[in-house]
Amino acid sequence: MGRTKVFGLLVVCGLLAGCLGQTRNGDRARNADAEEITLTIVANAAVGGKNARGAGWIQNWVIPRFTELQKAKGVTATIRFEQNGTGDEDYKTKVALDLKTGGGGDIIEIDGIWLGEFAQAGQIKPLDEVVGDTGWDGWNQIPKAVQGLGEFDGKRYGVPMGTDGRVLFFNKKLFARAGLPADWQPRSWQDVLDAGEKLKGLQGVTPIQLNAGSAMGEATTMQGVLPALAGTGRPVYENGKWQGDSAQLKDVLGLYRKIYGGGLGDPVLQQETNGRQRSFTLFSENKIGILLESDYFWRSVLEPANGVARMADRDAAVGWALVPARSPGSGVGGQDFVSMSGGGVRVINPNTQYPRQAWEFMQFLNSAEAVKESLAGTAQLTQRQDVNDQVLGGDPMLSFVAEKVLPITRYRPGLADYPKVSAALQQATADVVSGRSPDDVARSYREALVKAVGEQNVG
Amino acid sequence: MDSSGLGVRRAAGFVAPALLLIGVFLVFPALWTLYIGITNYQLTGPAAANPQVVGLDNLAEAVRDPLFTNSLWLTALFVLFSAVIGQNVLGFVLAWLLRSVSPWLRRTTEGLVLLCWILPSTVVAFLWFAVLSRDTGTLGLLLGQPETSWLVQYPMTSLVIFNVWRGTAFSMLLYTSALAAVPPSQLETARLAGASGWQTVRDVVFPHIRGHVLTNTLLISLWTANDFTPFLLTSGGPNHQSEVLPVLIYRQALEGGRLGYASAMSMLLLVGNLVIALVYLRLLRRRA
Repeated sequence: MGRTKVFGLLVVCGLLAGCLGQTRNGDRARNADAEEITLTIVANAAVGGKNARGAGWIQNWVIPRFTELQKAKGVTATIRFEQNGTGDEDYKTKVALDLKTGGGGDIIEIDGIWLGEFAQAGQIKPLDEVVGDTGWDGWNQIPKAVQGLGEFDGKRYGVPMGTDGRVLFFNKKLFARAGLPADWQPRSWQDVLDAGEKLKGLQGVTPIQLNAGSAMGEATTMQGVLPALAGTGRPVYENGKWQGDSAQLKDVLGLYRKIYGGGLGDPVLQQETNGRQRSFTLFSENKIGILLESDYFWRSVLEPANGVARMADRDAAVGWALVPARSPGSGVGGQDFVSMSGGGVRVINPNTQYPRQAWEFMQFLNSAEAVKESLAGTAQLTQRQDVNDQVLGGDPMLSFVAEKVLPITRYRPGLADYPKVSAALQQATADVVSGRSPDDVARSYREALVKAVGEQNVG
Repeated sequence: MDSSGLGVRRAAGFVAPALLLIGVFLVFPALWTLYIGITNYQLTGPAAANPQVVGLDNLAEAVRDPLFTNSLWLTALFVLFSAVIGQNVLGFVLAWLLRSVSPWLRRTTEGLVLLCWILPSTVVAFLWFAVLSRDTGTLGLLLGQPETSWLVQYPMTSLVIFNVWRGTAFSMLLYTSALAAVPPSQLETARLAGASGWQTVRDVVFPHIRGHVLTNTLLISLWTANDFTPFLLTSGGPNHQSEVLPVLIYRQALEGGRLGYASAMSMLLLVGNLVIALVYLRLLRRRA
């Protein structure tokens, strides 16, 4: 009895084993004429919480509007909004698990950099495979570079939701107290460190916040290591190889060492579970002098009305400067200043019951009217040129990003291996912050990199 | 031999539902984990679509992985200090002291200790977060050290104290009933013979409850080794300093996406649990 049972279970196991990792395919025109449809949109946004403005837009404008439009066509549409308000890594895990088990919403907002992984796993598919014809007049309004955020391996998977640019934000009030200019623009890393030294004299102020460590996740890579690496002239991925323990990487780790070993940054904050959110709060409370972030920080974090760390006097108190290269001219392409950009993408779940309607909904979400409405009177680098032309003029920070930062910026390599490399870089900064020497850490980083992507792919 | 007189077929009918449940929810997932553990299955990327069988590579990698050895060591410390020593000793002391106090004090204390045990983990984690965090944390304010971030600067110590607080109730309850089995006449004799409190515990009480001590230690060790609550407090950080095995497995599987590798480590944890259980069972048998 016992033996037959175990045998039976092994057989079941064996049968199921064949299913590991398989995904389903469906007819692209399925339910195209349905009179009752249900679509779910998933975003890492929550009404009254994270990305509150985007959440409010979906809840209060998109859903009623789209339902009305469908009603006019005789279709009863139920649109659900699945809200999340969590760290990006947790959100990614959730989406991956959803897609893996054949579930998930019909339209999903993801970070453009996850596209490669999801695509290679077969969890998302090229847009035309999912919905058929993807002709749309909106494509003409989306610049090629921005469209690239939604592409992998030359195929289009989704529609980008805009882009961003990274700058150094600084607190002008603290700068005034430390005798630093309100129109500060550092020309080298040393200039930033010098400003930090002056800010160090102020009681209760952390001079510089440069994200480090694994707890910050991708924020460490994107708002720390990558802009710094770009400033050494060598991007993380070049000529088909990932950068190993090069002199440039050691320079970057050395910069971290100078900041966190020299009392210019707060090492404990980097390791706290909610460190990034806390750094936002501290900046808004005038306790951090300089902070490297994307324009997201300006429009969604410090934003006086809806931000997660509101700063009532943001417009007067916060300044911004281009991120300098290590020294003038040492940046990628011989640049004096550098930046990194990314952006979100909306994809359609290949398992959707209503592919045609999902695509229709997608077009609606990206129509000029909807995109403009999503801004709720504020400004942002949206995916649409026509909208940008109308809205950016009113916001000095975002015009600055559009005019000065986007021309010099770089995008992350959209490869499936990238997240592993990113994790290794985060670990390297964590090790420096906890006191190990940059040389030693660079060696461990190389080992981790070889393990993650293979010896032949490390330069 | 058919002592119940049911006949084999009817007896099988009776146990079938139980066996089915055990099979579906215990045996099958365990075997499934074994199977995933020999593949390079991932959450995303190419290996999610086409996982390959890699045999014992995952196990070999785990044994060599410094993160795994680090986590094994931390788990051992966590079990030793928070369960084997902390919960055991505190639970016994509480049970021993509460014998001789007035009923209302006993009930109040037992009630409070039980409360620590029955509250949901997420609620408890949130409360401890409020106590231990920096700047506005209760402990920092009480000690006049608001700048200390206890969970970051003393992660393992915090977890050990937390787990003692959290799990002592079980040991206390078990020892309370075990102490009731010690014949009062022997305690009285010891008292008349002039034995001190410690002598009484060692020579009169302990021989009676040795079996309970072993059972209790076995159960709380296994629970602690598999406890996931540390994730809610420190997420394994800072920089892997409090990454006990269940947390490491979770992070590798879901944050790192390496489902195959994490399954192999789960299997090692399972083997570890079996070894602990066998050692205790052997001790129990020797005593019998």
